Amino acid sequence: MLAGDAGPGTAFAMRLVVRAAEVLGADRMIPISRAHVDACLYHGQATLDFAARLAEGGTRVAVPTSLNVGLVDLLHPELWHGAPQEADPGRRLMEAYRALGCRPTFTCAPYQVVEARPAFGEQVAWAESNAIVFCNSVIGARTNRYGDFIDVACAVAGRVPDAGLHRTDARRGRLLLRLGPDVPAALPHEDSFYPVLGIVLGRRAGPTIAVLDGLPPGLSEDRLKALGAAAASSGSVALFHAVGSTPEASSLKAAMGPGPPEAMETIMFAELRAAWAELTNAGEALPLRAVSIGTPHASLAEIEALAVLLGSSRPAAGVELLVSTGRDVLERSEERGLAARLRRAGVEILVDTCSYIAPVLRPGAGAVMTDSAKWAYYAPGNIGADVVFGSTAECVASAVAGRVVRLRSAWDAA
Amino acid sequence: MSSQPTTLRGRVLAPGEAAGAALILQEPLSLWGGMDPANGRLIDAHHPQHDTLIAGRVLVMASARGSSSSSSVLAEAVRAGTAPAAILLGEAELILAIGAAVAEELYGRQVPILQVPEEHLAAIVDGAQVLIGEEGMVTITKPGG
Repeated sequence: MLAGDAGPGTAFAMRLVVRAAEVLGADRMIPISRAHVDACLYHGQATLDFAARLAEGGTRVAVPTSLNVGLVDLLHPELWHGAPQEADPGRRLMEAYRALGCRPTFTCAPYQVVEARPAFGEQVAWAESNAIVFCNSVIGARTNRYGDFIDVACAVAGRVPDAGLHRTDARRGRLLLRLGPDVPAALPHEDSFYPVLGIVLGRRAGPTIAVLDGLPPGLSEDRLKALGAAAASSGSVALFHAVGSTPEASSLKAAMGPGPPEAMETIMFAELRAAWAELTNAGEALPLRAVSIGTPHASLAEIEALAVLLGSSRPAAGVELLVSTGRDVLERSEERGLAARLRRAGVEILVDTCSYIAPVLRPGAGAVMTDSAKWAYYAPGNIGADVVFGSTAECVASAVAGRVVRLRSAWDAA
Repeated sequence: MSSQPTTLRGRVLAPGEAAGAALILQEPLSLWGGMDPANGRLIDAHHPQHDTLIAGRVLVMASARGSSSSSSVLAEAVRAGTAPAAILLGEAELILAIGAAVAEELYGRQVPILQVPEEHLAAIVDGAQVLIGEEGMVTITKPGG
């Protein structure tokens, strides 16, 4: 492959995998069963140049490969509010990856796609920070923190360097994190606790594997998704363990291995409350222009919860209520009549992309409210949004009221 | 008053030679969402060095952070001529190393990336002149030195 007998694009991919092995200090390669590729999101001419070089000689991926979000919602092009010609390169790049044999899933939550989801212990090459942390932590499949280019290079090679989180010894927890005695007992039972805890986890742990002990057992996948996505935004978290919830943490000992933890820290309420407040960068008196939920892409359960919260209400005039999801989850929502119900209520459903990377929110002045810490973290820099962070229930109540509404919650505790 | 230049040797994650003024990042940075390749500036609103010019500087950071799209942003910055001159890291960072490798293949331009022991990284002061030579050799001259 390296010599180019399978074509120059395949040889290019192999050179990148060999470089990765050198960087990671691996002395051998191991096979992978699937890949998730983030390189399909347009970041300028260089990303098109790379795809063109990679495709030379008829390159194909060697394993089942899902695709991350791209720049454009290919199913709902009417949601694009930028200049039409600015969508073209993004669309061309998405097409280029489909032509390599990748499955056009176009979602940042491939773990919600039955055909793309690995099983416990599977060796895979996944990109997209939230997908990586979910894959390792929540599923217990094994991936390193792969980025653009190396993700598809591994998919073409069908192999990865045997290093890091592919190896059992590197997956043990090293930092034990517990909640302080002043954290209100009700807080871990609120959805909005998990993205905020994720921000703190990312800051405390960075690339160190942390073990969260003392959370309610059996946390839902959606809570763990929000936790991981936030942690991978504020720090380089690729794997965490939550005792009683994640598969490599049936007990504290299972997560940390024998012997005392290398480090032990307590998260106090003041730190959580400050992190919660920092996710809002807009004055809450600003007019509300939009509410964006579904980052990472909404699961079927989250779509259903949105429909239930909305009930027979509609967003107020002038307020856009948008939910982002994958086309696979959209299809399942359509089969259950949920998508039609949401659209009738005035909700916009976005697929294939995300509302903080593409100009899909209707232009206008005012704040955007979100229940996603990841959205709140990146949208101010990416699209210049004024952001208010709140629970999903607060987001829906605000959309209906046409202004920011705060509900009583455990965050109120002083 | 002139101070003696310091020399050290880094582990090469991406090869090349470069020179520039050190930019010490006070917090880890994800290039995606953190740097605009159109103008080479730091755009992460949560970062204490928001709006600093990254282009042409020798970026010094203990660890990178966040998104897997940072490989693309680095390659695009190399294409656009807004990339940092070099990057010194405390850890072996695959995402940036691959961005540099791809940029070299596509455009024939190198952004050396070196892994340097953290105690050496911590000794570099902001604005110091950093020269990166063959095989990871680094020469650091303090500002005004």
